[in-house]
Order: sequence, then structure tokens, then C-alpha cells
Amino acid sequence: MTQAKRIPDLGSTEPTLEVPAAGGDDDRARARELRRRKLRRRIWLNLARIALVVAALGSWELGVNTKHIDPFFWGQPSGVWRQLKTWITDGTAQGSLGEQILVTLQEAVYGFLIGVFLGVVLGIALGRNRFLSDLLSPFIKVANSIPRIVLGSLFSIAFGFGLTSKVVLAIVLVFFGVFFNAFQGTREVDRNLLSNARILGASRWQATRQVVLPSAFTWILASLHVSFGFALIGAVVGELLGADKGMGLLIRNAQNNFSPNGVLAGMVVIGVIALVAEALITALEKRLLRWRPPQLAGDAGI
Amino acid sequence: MSINSTSNVIELRGVSKRFTTPSGGIYTALRELDFSVAPGEFCAVVGPTGCGKSTTLTLVSGLERPSTGTVQVDGVPVSGITPGVGFMFQNDAVFPWKSVLDNVAAGPRFRGTSRRLANEAARDWLRRVGLAGFEDRFPHQLSGGMRKRVALAQSLINEPRVLLMDEPFSALDVQTRSIMADELLNLWEQTRPAVIFVTHDLEEAITLADKVIVLTAGPGRIKKIFRIDLPRPRNAQEIRFTDEFVALYSEIWETLRSEVETAYARTTKEVSA
Repeated sequence: MTQAKRIPDLGSTEPTLEVPAAGGDDDRARARELRRRKLRRRIWLNLARIALVVAALGSWELGVNTKHIDPFFWGQPSGVWRQLKTWITDGTAQGSLGEQILVTLQEAVYGFLIGVFLGVVLGIALGRNRFLSDLLSPFIKVANSIPRIVLGSLFSIAFGFGLTSKVVLAIVLVFFGVFFNAFQGTREVDRNLLSNARILGASRWQATRQVVLPSAFTWILASLHVSFGFALIGAVVGELLGADKGMGLLIRNAQNNFSPNGVLAGMVVIGVIALVAEALITALEKRLLRWRPPQLAGDAGI
Repeated sequence: MSINSTSNVIELRGVSKRFTTPSGGIYTALRELDFSVAPGEFCAVVGPTGCGKSTTLTLVSGLERPSTGTVQVDGVPVSGITPGVGFMFQNDAVFPWKSVLDNVAAGPRFRGTSRRLANEAARDWLRRVGLAGFEDRFPHQLSGGMRKRVALAQSLINEPRVLLMDEPFSALDVQTRSIMADELLNLWEQTRPAVIFVTHDLEEAITLADKVIVLTAGPGRIKKIFRIDLPRPRNAQEIRFTDEFVALYSEIWETLRSEVETAYARTTKEVSA
């Protein structure tokens, strides 16, 4: 009697698979209608967004033309556009635009990678080790509360105008955000999962790598979005404080030439870099968090 | 009592467990607990909520230490995680970021088996719990009952001498539950570990066990131990209609009822106070 009767309804209970429009043309038509409505809404939304941008930039441009805004101080959209075109076609005073972008990007990426690595390792180590966290937590709190951006001046004295001073500043800015998230993520790991791993025979290191790390990853990934922004800030501010190349230097030269359009054009370029990086991080997040139920892993909507 | 103490797999002697509460007080979960489980014996522990049923399991598994008394498994006092023990938790404890196959293979992998052999064993166990074909799914893609099967396979693949189960099926609906009970009995017959099965469901306890231990309202002490001599193999879905079952049920319920009432009165008093 008890010999393994396979349960008939087992295969049919797959809660996350999409429910097919079973039952006739009626349902299929309704599904099609719903899809169409969704698409229409998306198109409208994007049109409205474009309209918003056009209105903002247009009124700025109009303000300049009607002499309500002084372009000497505030620049103007068409001027920014001209500046960008010049940079792209004729290059900048300090070399091609691509070269400036690459220099800044290199500093930011190095700072980002090293900062994230240090933040994750230390965050998990302190999260797993009570003594270490009790020992170091006051120092970390102090270090976090000082305005770290000022350290940029120190680094440019110590490491000079080259790559190192910017990378170090970026590391310092990136580290703390990642560290606190990794630490918190480690603290919030489900006790049951840890107990289960231990009983199944996991060593402390195995439990850290296979339970704590993936579990804390949700937290860590959330901090990466902000962190790349910090890395870029570190690189650019480092260049503002003293450099021979890079977007920061380009912006500073524009400032020295009283060219608000140049400053704004620099900002636009950095903004585009940040958006591309953000898209890459989101893709990475989707890949790494495949195991999560869709309603949790989906985008936050903004 | 202690004549055949060496032949028991699990042996608790004078075990008490106290916790400090967040407000600084001391809470006694278990008091002077004595019992033993023979090799291959299926032992169910029932009692009202908060009587320290689950605490017993954490002591046997080595996740916690007793405040007084001794816990022995295979004649060796428990220190650190007890080797040869499997544990099925009340809440899902399968790893959500591992596929079904990797979840089941986790135990052997932790213990240093090669990936190929571990996967082979895991596939075999997935077949035995009726989940062949689901190897690549993630836990969130499975139903509650299927996740329990994964957890069961995950525990049993290590071929434990002792299987500890903490209300493992309490989150399931009634039908799935009795199906799982059948599956459990079936798998248990194959490897025959000694089992401590904690539950608040007396029907489930009698259906599964050779021995039912009734604990008092907290702090938990043993009130009475009942032998369940129903013939095996049992059919979980039908055995409860037999006369023997009904007689046992009413006998044990007589003992359990007053404890449940005590525990209930305590919670209502706390609420009204």
C-alpha cells in the first residue's frame, strides 16, 4: 500500500510558470487586448518624458533669448550642444574627448573594483566575527562620519597628479557604502539556513562562501548602484584637485575660462558614463539574482 | 532504565535548558528530561506550544548545549555538531540560490565528495522523493510540498543515523501533509534512521511513530511515554480510521489535553493581564 505511489498533482503545481491562456479564443483575445493596452501606455509615458525634457531645455533656451537668464553665468543648451560637437569633432585642448573619458573611466573602474572588493571582504569578515566587529566598529563609525572627499587634497599631495591619487580617493568613497551593506547583509542571514549548512557538514569557510555570501549579495548589489556613482565622483574630484588629463581637468579648464557651457558639457558626458554603468550593473544584478522569485527580483520601478 | 543504555542511539539524562530572555530574566525551556531512542526507532514528541519540543532537537543536533544533564548520541556526549545527524527544519531551510540538484548535493559536497559523485547521488535521491525532472529548478519555483521533498532528500542523502524533524510538515495543507507522511514512512523504511519527530499534531504523531512522548506545558518535562504498536507498513491516509488508532488517540489525548489547557490558560491570562 505504501509503496511510493507517485502523487498525480505534483507535476501540475508550478506556481511561477506563466499561466497560458487556456480555454478558447475569448481569453486569447483578452490577453492580446491587455498587451496592447500596456504597450500604448508605455508609448505615452515615453512621449510625456520627452515632452518634459523639451519643455525644460526649451524654457531655458527661451529664457536666454529673452534676456531673462544670463548665458555668461548659466550657459545655454544650444551652447552646451555646440561645445560637445566641438569636443567630438575637433578634440579638446588636452587631447581627444575619448582619451579624457578613458582616463576618468579607468580611475573610476579601478577605484570601484578595489573599493567593492575591500568592502565586501571586510563587511563579511566583521559580520561573521563578533570580536572583530566590536573592536573596529567605533573606528569605522568615525571614519565614515568625516568628510572623506577632503582626503582628495591629501592624496594629490601624497600620490601626485597621476592615476593613483584618483583611484585611492574613489576607493575611499566606494568602500564605506559597500562595507555597511555587506556587514548588514551578513548579520541578516537566515539562522535556519546557517544551521542547516552546519548540520549538512559545512565548515565555517564553506558556510561563509555558500550561504552568507549569496545571501548578503542582495544587500551588496543594492549598494553597487550608488557605489559606481561615488567612484566617478572620486575620480572627477581627484582630477579637479590636480591632474594632467581627464574629465575633471576638462571641467576645471572650462571653469578657469569662464565657460559654463564647457562645465555643463563635461557634466553631460559624465552623466552618460554613469547611466551606461548603471545599466551594466542592473544586468549583472539580474544575472546574479536569478534564483529569486520574480516579484522580488524585478526592477524597483524607478 | 539504564540497563541497555549502550544500545540506544540517542540518550538524554537529566537535561535542562535555560535561556536568558531579552529583559534579563531566565526562561526554563526544558526541565530534567530523561529519554532514549533505540536504533531505527521512530519517536514522536508532542506537547503544547512553548513546551520546549524544538529545543530538544537543537540539543541532540549539537546546535545548542544543555544547561545541565548530558546528551549522548551513539554513546558519545554531544559537543559541536553531532556527526551522522540529519535535521529537517520547520521553515524552509533549502538554499534559495541553489538549484534543486545543488541543494540535494550540498551535503556530500560539503563533506568533500567530488561533484560528479555528489550529483549522481543527488539525482538518485531526487528520484526516490519523486522529483526527477526538477533538478534545474530553483526552490521558489516549487510548491510547498515539493520543497519539503527537497529538504528530505537533502537530509537523507547523508545517510544519517539520526533524523531530527521539527514540525516539518506543519506549513502544508492537510491533504499534502498526509501524502508527505506516507512518503516519509516509505523513505524511512529504506534507511531506517532513528527519528525524533516533533509535532503538535497528535494524529500525525501516532500515524508515524513507534513511541509518542507527551511533554508538559513549559518548562517541558516528560508526562508520559506511549508505545504505538500499530503494524507496519502503515498507510497514513487510512490508518487513522482503524479502531486501534482511535483507542490510542483518545488515550493519549486524555493525557495531553490538560497540558494544552494549561498552556492555553497561560497565554490568555497574559493577554488579559
